[in-house]
Amino acid sequence: MTAYIIRRLLLLPLILIGVTLIIFSMIWSLGPERLLASYVKSPEALKTPDAAERLIRKYGLDQPMPVMYGKWLLNVLKGDLGYSLVGKAPVAKAIAERFPYTLELALYAFIPVVFVAIWLGITSAVHQNKFSDQFIRVFALIGWSLPDFVFGLLLLWGFYAVLGWFPPGMIDTKYEMVLRSPEWHTITHMPTIDALLNGRFDIFINAFKHLVLPILTISYLWWAYLLRITRSSMLEVLRKDYIRTARAKGVPEKLVINKHAKRNALIPVVTVAGGTVIGLLSGTVIVETVFSRTGMGRFLATAATQLDYWSIIGGALFYSFILVLGNLIVDVSYAIIDPRIRLH
Amino acid sequence: MAKRKSDFRKMMKKFWRNQTAVLGVVLLIMFVIIAIFAPQIVKTFSPKAAARAYAEDPYQMPRVAWTSNPLPPSKDDPFGVIGGRDIFYGVIYGTRTAFKLGLTVAGLSALIGIFVGSISAYFGGWVDEIFMRIVDIFMSIPFLVAAMVLTTILGKGLNNVMIALVVFGWMTTARLIRGNILQAREEQYVLAAKALGQKDWLIIIKHILPNTIFPVVIQMSMRMGSYVITAAGLSFLGVGAEPGYADWGTILSYSRNWMTMLDKAWFAIVFPGVAMVLFVLAWNLVGDALRDIFDPRMRS
Repeated sequence: MTAYIIRRLLLLPLILIGVTLIIFSMIWSLGPERLLASYVKSPEALKTPDAAERLIRKYGLDQPMPVMYGKWLLNVLKGDLGYSLVGKAPVAKAIAERFPYTLELALYAFIPVVFVAIWLGITSAVHQNKFSDQFIRVFALIGWSLPDFVFGLLLLWGFYAVLGWFPPGMIDTKYEMVLRSPEWHTITHMPTIDALLNGRFDIFINAFKHLVLPILTISYLWWAYLLRITRSSMLEVLRKDYIRTARAKGVPEKLVINKHAKRNALIPVVTVAGGTVIGLLSGTVIVETVFSRTGMGRFLATAATQLDYWSIIGGALFYSFILVLGNLIVDVSYAIIDPRIRLH
Repeated sequence: MAKRKSDFRKMMKKFWRNQTAVLGVVLLIMFVIIAIFAPQIVKTFSPKAAARAYAEDPYQMPRVAWTSNPLPPSKDDPFGVIGGRDIFYGVIYGTRTAFKLGLTVAGLSALIGIFVGSISAYFGGWVDEIFMRIVDIFMSIPFLVAAMVLTTILGKGLNNVMIALVVFGWMTTARLIRGNILQAREEQYVLAAKALGQKDWLIIIKHILPNTIFPVVIQMSMRMGSYVITAAGLSFLGVGAEPGYADWGTILSYSRNWMTMLDKAWFAIVFPGVAMVLFVLAWNLVGDALRDIFDPRMRS
């Protein structure tokens, strides 16, 4: 196992270099003139006829790609990701400001996703081909085929435009003032948790109201996915000999399901559940755009529509970094849990 | 050969006995019919929009109104109007767009995946190591994010969306085919072919691929839906197809201006949304049924 972990750790820098190389070469392919646009903050700077050329030389945009890549990578390692026109701040700062909101959303979604999915998957498998099973399978099938932005827009239509229950955005305007006031202690940068820490239950309720629909939207797809895995894994276990033995010797059905079957059926689910957090985080690009939440996802989407290249690079790097690190943690912890995996 | 044929017939019989699979096929046939007869369908149900369609580019949704306000479904525009564009026209022609995009992306990325995967598996050693690390690297950028960045760089347009999806979509096929070939490589018939002195690439094409290709076909049908969804998502975010292009995601993107008043623009979500769900559902059902039949581990 140690060999496996060491191998994974040795590969990590290689993967990261590869990822940065792909992302950088995409941006580099734009050419010096278009890249210059993300340096020039006002048209004044380009007034003189040779200004563009001079600036291109000044920022080193006409240098060969390996040189530019090397310089850029050094800056990235120093934490300098360039200036974000969309965030009106350095990219690293803009990301740091927005990430807690995205993390908050993903964390809230994670717990209901995993537990509800497991519960539905087990119920479905135990009552195979009965009504509840058919119902859950249709539910999963729809969730699997329903694009998240369509589902989000439908929810926004029903629960906000028609019923007025759950508004989009982060928090009501009147509370936004409180969040900016000097008496407010910003600790985690996550509105709901900060509200609790400040003892303002009304703000917690309000912030949470804004979170309900995004959580639902982001959860549905993953419910569908996880419950399918739970169901098929449970069905497989229920056909095993030791389950038949348990039943034959008269163990109550409830005990067979909960003690003998469930525990074994959940092993593959655990692997996937770790990946769910990563999936939930990268799902935020669309959900945050639909519900106009200030987070990483919407930042990246806005940067893409406004051709703010340094923000795009920064955002893409950040999401990839989460994916790489998350996968590493999941794989290594799984190698520790399940010895069979080490053989592959 | 005869045995393989009867096996195939048995499997097909099993396929047709599966109700959900049949539903999937029926839905797909319906979409194919809609795609083929799109001009006639539009002419019959939305003649005003059909009359204003752009002769040089039928994939542009025609402008039927000069207001940006959404207009609810009416006799002239059965699915309503958003951004001045006829939604019915967009949904019907969007079927063509979906097929074009899904088939092209699934086909091309499968081809690249098969190429990389088979070379990697067959030669093994450092070739395998290099190719698989490249796969790892491409898989380390979230699919939607990667596709979004590349489309932004390439510029708006359906072709660029397709390029972006292919560039970041071939890796799962490569992994799948590699795994299958590694298994098949040890089979008797491959060893026999090798002993007879057949060339490596001939062994891959003539003996290994035909026996490992089916899982790829299943995977392609399962991924058709996700490609169409991702492309629509890009259009919705505003980095996909050009505005006005007859594409389900583009219609949805018009509703972004009405996000807080969706009760006035519900038809711009519901109609393209239903089309999208049914399209993806159809491919998922077919892919699911095929997998149940061909993957022995899934059999009950």
